[in-house]
Amino acid sequence: MPDPAIEIESLEVVRGGNQVVRSISLAIEAGTITGLLGPSGCGKTTLMRSIVGAQITAAGRVKVLGREAGSRELRPLVGYVTQAPSVYGDLTVQENLEYFGRVVGAPGARATETIGTVGLSDYTDRLVASLSGGERARVSLASALLNRPRILILDEPTVGLDPVLRAELWRDFRELADGGVTLLVSSHVMDEAGECDDLLLMREGRLLRQCAPDELRRETGQQDLGRAFLKVIEMAGRS
Amino acid sequence: MSPRIAVATGRRVLRQVRHDPRTIALLLAVPALLLVLMRFIFDGQDQVFQSIGAPLCGLFPFIVMFLISSITMLRERTSGTLERLMTMPMSKLDLLLGYGLAFGALAAAQAIVVCSVGFGLLGLTAPHGAVLVGALAILNAVLGMALGLLLSAFARTEFQAVQFMPAFVFPQILLCGLFVSREDMAPALEAISWLLPFTYAYDALARAVSPTPLGSGIVVDALVVAGTTIGALVLGALTLKRRTP
Repeated sequence: MPDPAIEIESLEVVRGGNQVVRSISLAIEAGTITGLLGPSGCGKTTLMRSIVGAQITAAGRVKVLGREAGSRELRPLVGYVTQAPSVYGDLTVQENLEYFGRVVGAPGARATETIGTVGLSDYTDRLVASLSGGERARVSLASALLNRPRILILDEPTVGLDPVLRAELWRDFRELADGGVTLLVSSHVMDEAGECDDLLLMREGRLLRQCAPDELRRETGQQDLGRAFLKVIEMAGRS
Repeated sequence: MSPRIAVATGRRVLRQVRHDPRTIALLLAVPALLLVLMRFIFDGQDQVFQSIGAPLCGLFPFIVMFLISSITMLRERTSGTLERLMTMPMSKLDLLLGYGLAFGALAAAQAIVVCSVGFGLLGLTAPHGAVLVGALAILNAVLGMALGLLLSAFARTEFQAVQFMPAFVFPQILLCGLFVSREDMAPALEAISWLLPFTYAYDALARAVSPTPLGSGIVVDALVVAGTTIGALVLGALTLKRRTP
């Protein structure tokens, strides 16, 4: 196997006196889509923030493309979309993307192009504050796509989107992965798990299992990935 | 550091303000209207109006930019856009310089309006030129902005940020010598006033609008204001964290 795009070794994170990430080790292969699944509050966001380098960690090591997470050289290479859309509500869609585009040094035409990618071409001159939640989430996603990062960390990017748009976005994710981009996508919707190459199942700060969807089905004897996840939790509780 | 990003940030902040025409109207009209109000409060007391109103032309931008910049930065922190910017290839200084450019430009517009009204219409005099007052106004505005950015780190809500105005700015206005000359205050207060940056901002303006020749005092004042601005920006940069708990 080639060098993994993301490599985590015995990561521990403590927030407000609570241990929210407990001794997680994993490796994510380049050019794949990995689904990070688990109930809300299980530490998904904290794990993602650690990979981006925005999280103060208590112990362990996080390496991205062979470099320490959060290091300066990684900033142009890693795109991060937070769960709450982090864009300027008092700017238009176009103005948001133009600004973030300048910050990351993307060519000028990229803003318009990226607005098209996320299907917002009809909303270019609308103020972001006047958009629906799902549309705002797409502006946020577009902002992370501007400089064509090698690694994309997406925290629940499809929450509140209609099924058609969700399917479109997953098609986009697949295209990006085929182009060599490594995606880590968190979700608590199990039916999205089937779209991923690899799954990380988290619960209460622990990584219960890392495997491909088919492997999970085979192992648990469950066709439905939601049920399969429950089975994994059951098995983890027993051991 | 990259001038491209600083300029882009300045443009972005100005675009945000531009989408809020009411704020622009308030920004430009309120100081001038307050000055008109003072003119008639001190009706027939030209001397008093000159000694308070003329320096105020250069102090309004400090007060306004303090408030606006602290709220803008607070929003940047709470909306997640600051966290996004901190994961991007952007230095903290770029962000602060961008803010400085935007608020400096707003302050210039504000100073032009208030100085035109004060020195053009209301009969205030600036023996060393209204341009000097305008330049000091911009310098003071950038100081107000730097202090606002720094203090916004200590506010969790916009309510708290607004309270910093009476907590940190009002005492400085009272102690700077604008209303009561500092020699007439309790000695302890006079001593404290020497430690407050607003005192130097006022002192420079008082010199700029007095008929006595400009000495080196105004240069010292301006240097103190500029130095405090840089200090506040450096401390402000330290409050911008790429990694948070």
